[in-house]
Amino acid sequence: MLTASAILTDGLVYAAYLFIVAVGLTLIFGVMKILNVTHGSFYAFGAYGAATAVGIYTNGDWPAALGFLFMLGFAMAIGLVMGIILERGLLRLVYGKDEVVIVLVTYATFLILEDVIGLVWGTASYAAYQPMIAAGNIEIGDLVLSNYDIVLVVLAAVVAALAYWSLKFTRYGRLLTTVIYDRETAAAFGINVTLVYTVTFLIGAALGALGGAVMAPKISVTLGIGVEVIVLAFAVVAIGGMGSIEGALVGALIVGICRAAAVHLVPQIELFVIYGVMALVLVARPYGLFVRAQPRKI
Amino acid sequence: MAHRRTATLWSLAGLAAVAAMVPAQFEVFAQTPAPAAAPIKLGIVSFLSGPAASPFGIPGRNGAEIVLEALNAGTAPAPYNKVGFGGTKVEAKYVDEAGSAANVVTDFRNLVQRDQVDAVVGYISSGNCLAVAPVAEELKALTVFYDCGTPRIFEEKARAYVFRASPHATMDSVGAARYLVAKKKNITSYSGINQNYAWGQDSWRDFIGAMKVLAPKAEADKILFPKLFAGEFGAEVSTLLTSKSQALHTSFWDGDLEGFIYQEQARGLDKRMTIIATTGESSIWRLRDKMPDGTIIGGRGPHGPLAPDNAFNKWFSKIYTDRYNVPPTYPSYQMAQSLLGLKLAYEKAAAGGAKPNADQIAAAFKGLTFTGPSGETKMVLGDGHQGIQETAYGTYRFNKAKKEPEIVDVMRFPAECVNPPPGIDADKWIADGMKGAKC
Repeated sequence: MLTASAILTDGLVYAAYLFIVAVGLTLIFGVMKILNVTHGSFYAFGAYGAATAVGIYTNGDWPAALGFLFMLGFAMAIGLVMGIILERGLLRLVYGKDEVVIVLVTYATFLILEDVIGLVWGTASYAAYQPMIAAGNIEIGDLVLSNYDIVLVVLAAVVAALAYWSLKFTRYGRLLTTVIYDRETAAAFGINVTLVYTVTFLIGAALGALGGAVMAPKISVTLGIGVEVIVLAFAVVAIGGMGSIEGALVGALIVGICRAAAVHLVPQIELFVIYGVMALVLVARPYGLFVRAQPRKI
Repeated sequence: MAHRRTATLWSLAGLAAVAAMVPAQFEVFAQTPAPAAAPIKLGIVSFLSGPAASPFGIPGRNGAEIVLEALNAGTAPAPYNKVGFGGTKVEAKYVDEAGSAANVVTDFRNLVQRDQVDAVVGYISSGNCLAVAPVAEELKALTVFYDCGTPRIFEEKARAYVFRASPHATMDSVGAARYLVAKKKNITSYSGINQNYAWGQDSWRDFIGAMKVLAPKAEADKILFPKLFAGEFGAEVSTLLTSKSQALHTSFWDGDLEGFIYQEQARGLDKRMTIIATTGESSIWRLRDKMPDGTIIGGRGPHGPLAPDNAFNKWFSKIYTDRYNVPPTYPSYQMAQSLLGLKLAYEKAAAGGAKPNADQIAAAFKGLTFTGPSGETKMVLGDGHQGIQETAYGTYRFNKAKKEPEIVDVMRFPAECVNPPPGIDADKWIADGMKGAKC
């Protein structure tokens, strides 16, 4: 019973982290058909930004809740600035090019931004643990849960609900769905596809940075953190289906629960299980759980 | 037009890739005044970018910089007070270890063949050491590994031009087990969390092997191998919270160690079991009061606060702290010890007056015994190419009055107590009950 509840809670926490990171990636792919490797940089910049923000608010002796909100806002602002620079300054130049070329451009940008982090923040690692320690913990039987992890799960649920509501019930969401369904037809009907692209990329960048921000208090913010996360995010998005937000949510839950179960029950396969699940899903559903095969346009 | 735009994009991507590779190729010559004689050239290879730069690579590089400056100025304590190497100044070329093993080998070849360095000192990754060793032999290039821990370098094959003054990783795990058993005589259960790659796997294998010899009734409970740089350890902490183990072994380093410590502290794991961090010394100056009091700390040998109280340590610690405003950690000590050993070997080989070649320096280095900031190194394993040292473990506490980390209750273990005897492979020595250990 203890193990089962531990698997469930650990799985949910891990899924929350994966969903927050992956949702921006899948949104950008769904709308723009760009496999955005730079998403790892958004995560890393978000984490470094959060570490900087934590330094500011702890020195300023702010209340913990205000400091936490400042941390999230600061990191997302960095994501927005990066997003506008990259989308307007670089990606718009390659729209319409072969997808492989675009992946290469985002990959090259990702590598450059890794060095930019070194130039801005140096090679030393940063600690931003204060929000997590301040949140405290709660004991449920033998299990001790971090309150910060509970906040993380709630935040992921809020992001998922907001994404669903925005897509289904707002004007912009309906425009976005039209562009996802068929870009050319959407343009023919007078939708400003360029603006939709820009806004989508900014939202994706901000969500990537948010992922880094919420993880910053749990990790040592150091060079290379974006590399690790982008691989995991790709696995989640591949399971759920490229471009599907529901898919990202279900993919994150599957990966989170399976990994937690592996760590508790068969730790030897912890590394294998994420990619094993991904391979199994792709064998049965090559386009992921929530995406159907598309007829190719000629 | 389309063709031109595609070409432009490819150029952009190419430029970006080249720019990203710059750190791997980035080479800086130390600013030393031009000597009268041709300087001795050293290639210093260490992680200058990537996740291993902050905890290991940069401290190692800084250790090289500060020691070489002191040697060139002739201000190091005797017997290291002769200027440079044997009176000739030393010029260092710093190269980033980041990149694939193939890139690292290419950079090594460039140092030897293009730059014609007299020796290469470096390498943190065991994978890189294993990749470079045969190339060093092929090129007959004198090479001193300073940090990588795998025992396989000299156990797999005899080497003529490769040396390692720092003891291999077996010492760290055996020392940790000896300290744990000495402090918790009635231990019945222990667990382990180590990174899922060669370093983590080897560290745990040696630790559990040593525990089976020293505390045969104690059982290993949870054995966890999260992926390298996993970042999120929630499930691992939960698993350990369900264990009744009294101790937790970890060879985690830098980001993984610090992230794990933050996450376990938020859930109180260290209140339930004592953490043994075999590389913990490299993180105490960053974690400070966040490193739990009572953690058993190792520093991959007698380095940092675990270093002996000798004149070399006082000298090195002072010049390093004065320059970088932070005390040196174990990679800095390992680099210093490696350079001082190489200097003595060079001067021994150059006793006739002429500049010695690689064969002569190698012959002088083989079997050398010398003392440096981390005490005495005896080059006795690997047919005189692999050093052994004593090691030390202690218990961490943050001194709130001084606002400084401290390691107390230190136990020192002689080199022959925690290292295998010459001619015996480390894992076989442990499996056979660590016979011949002189404690």
